[in-house]
Amino acid sequence: MIKHFINLEWKQYFRSSYWQKSIVINILLIFFALYFVGIFLFMGAFLYKIIGKAAPDQDPFLVVNNYIFYWFIGDILMRFFLQKLPVMSVKPLLTLPIKRSTIVNFVLGKSALNFFNFLPLFAIIPFSISLLKNGYASSLVLTWLAAMVAIILIINFLNFIIEAFSAETELSFLPVIAIVGTLFGLDYFNILPMRSLVGDGLIYIANNPVFILIPLGILAMAYGYNFKILKEKLFLDSSLKSKVTEVKVADLSWTNRFGDIAPFMQLDLKLIWRNKRTKSMTMLLIIGVLYGLFFYPQPMYREMEFMFAFIGIFSTGFFLINFGQFIPAWDSGYYKMLMSQNIKYEQYLRSKFILMIMSVVILFVLGIPYVYFGWKILIAHFAAAIYNIGVNSHVILWGGSFNRKKIDLDKKAAFNYQGTGAVQWLIGIPLMLVPMGLFALINWLLGFEIAVATLIILGVTGIIFHKKLMRFITQKYIDSKYKMIDAFSQDN
Amino acid sequence: MIYTKDLSKSYSGTTVLNIEELNIPKGQSFGLVGNNGAGKTTYFSLLLDLIKPSTGNITSNEVIVDQSEDWKPFTSAFIDESFLIGYLTPEEYFYFIGDLRGQNKADVDKLTASFEDFFNGEIIGKKKYLRDLSKGNQKKAGIVAALIGNPEVIILDEPFANLDPTTQIRLKQILKDLAEKQGVTILVSSHDLMHVTDVCERIVVLEKGNIVKDLETNPTTLKELEAHFASNMVSQEEE
Repeated sequence: MIKHFINLEWKQYFRSSYWQKSIVINILLIFFALYFVGIFLFMGAFLYKIIGKAAPDQDPFLVVNNYIFYWFIGDILMRFFLQKLPVMSVKPLLTLPIKRSTIVNFVLGKSALNFFNFLPLFAIIPFSISLLKNGYASSLVLTWLAAMVAIILIINFLNFIIEAFSAETELSFLPVIAIVGTLFGLDYFNILPMRSLVGDGLIYIANNPVFILIPLGILAMAYGYNFKILKEKLFLDSSLKSKVTEVKVADLSWTNRFGDIAPFMQLDLKLIWRNKRTKSMTMLLIIGVLYGLFFYPQPMYREMEFMFAFIGIFSTGFFLINFGQFIPAWDSGYYKMLMSQNIKYEQYLRSKFILMIMSVVILFVLGIPYVYFGWKILIAHFAAAIYNIGVNSHVILWGGSFNRKKIDLDKKAAFNYQGTGAVQWLIGIPLMLVPMGLFALINWLLGFEIAVATLIILGVTGIIFHKKLMRFITQKYIDSKYKMIDAFSQDN
Repeated sequence: MIYTKDLSKSYSGTTVLNIEELNIPKGQSFGLVGNNGAGKTTYFSLLLDLIKPSTGNITSNEVIVDQSEDWKPFTSAFIDESFLIGYLTPEEYFYFIGDLRGQNKADVDKLTASFEDFFNGEIIGKKKYLRDLSKGNQKKAGIVAALIGNPEVIILDEPFANLDPTTQIRLKQILKDLAEKQGVTILVSSHDLMHVTDVCERIVVLEKGNIVKDLETNPTTLKELEAHFASNMVSQEEE
């Protein structure tokens, strides 16, 4: 049976139009993965030496265990945003003579083979080898290694439990923030010394191999719980039948002032507010607004002026990037209909454009309090906002004409919790790295004022040529009309 | 009204549609029948410029559809559920289509009110999103949306499938009225020979992308069509 499943998975992956059309992105992803493997290998191989140099009077093994709690927390966060529970289309399988438990075990087993579970091994194994070389008992090292693998798998399955709860709430990332925040807070405010608890626990297990049963037991429990939730979902009526939602009506008549694009703006606003996928994206705006707080409270970052531009671009352009990268795929479900209707493409795109511009302005205004950390920050954010309006908005609309991937807005929560994979994060990079690099370079060569002026001038140039750029972009969309219709009518 | 010349569509060497010449005059109710893969949906997609013809073209009211977009104001269609916007209520969807076709809310309300019977009280005022409606009710909403804005050409792909018997009968009446009284050109495809012969003045049979029969509907047409498809079966069995 497993053989059949693997066969199906293989075909699903390589026969999807997405794979065939985005080899470049796949190659990029592979490079990304190799990059991280390299970093982890380096870290694992030299960690022992580095700690030995930095803190000669301490035992590196103890030091590592003492800080490993932070890794676990970071791992949970990373996984939540990047790792998805493997998807399997179960509907056709339900009527076949296959045990439900086989399907669930396969899905869960497949998740254990995820890249995120292998990545830590590249650090842990070299580190273990260096421990052995430095005279640690092999039983201790091997037990520690086994405990670490168990914990990595626990985090793997814990993530899916968190996701399962997230799927049921409106604010999809709230549970993970709450869990991670609580764990971190307990330690940070010395309520419960999580850091040393985890560290001491690991060391204790390493010294007393019998207690490896504890992480293994937790792992079994996490697996069992996942098994339970997934199995319950494997019935047609619980996950595949649609939940009927009560209609929320909002007064959108204020959009009428935008004239001929008003119908599209109303449609876009409803699109954003009424679909799970877009709603959770909008909730991420909070992260966008608060993004600066990760950096600015630390004096170290306040010295680095080039960071201002990066944070400015990111926080004012958060919606622009997240919404814009999927234009026109948001409308993929009814793209055929739009194309047969009496619409002007330019109006359709302008509606999206104006939405993005409004979001940049709103996010900038909400970010004004950052002036508390220095007026330079506000100015840099202003320049970044102008750059977003004038340049990034057009770039991302233009990039949208290359979109060939359908988005399923109605996606049921069954086996698909987030939908935002690593690919989408990659697209955002050029949009941010280019202005950031430019800003950093000019700031270094010519000074802050000129760097700010450069971003503003570029942005204003974009605004001046808006009409021309839009004509060019519209033409791009018209040129790829047939390809888009074809791609959007295929299921990935 | 709709003139097709030397039209063909092929995918990597396989021709799925090949029509030398086909002229559909204004106000005709035109039926397209054929087995699966005969090219019905392909022809409609070409008519709506959703796919590009390999050769030839279609002229609709003197507009070449794959070169100009001027056919859009007087053409409307419902091909499948992908023409619906799932997260809108039926009313919002009608208003949206109305907006695109230059109709205000009152116009749309007036039109949908006249279809109260057809909706059978299951569409309007239910506070449900289109995605939550049953397949049949989705189809009803889609068909009525295609009638908004007084189109001169209406294209419906398989309009009778998924509808309950009462609605099928009502739909037939609606389509007949449109063609006879308002001079609308209606293009319908169907697998149900009886419905097509009831509704359409003219029926064209497609087979593997070619026109094999072009009939004016008369009392014997249904028999003739049935005989045609039955003989098809026999000849396939002989192969």
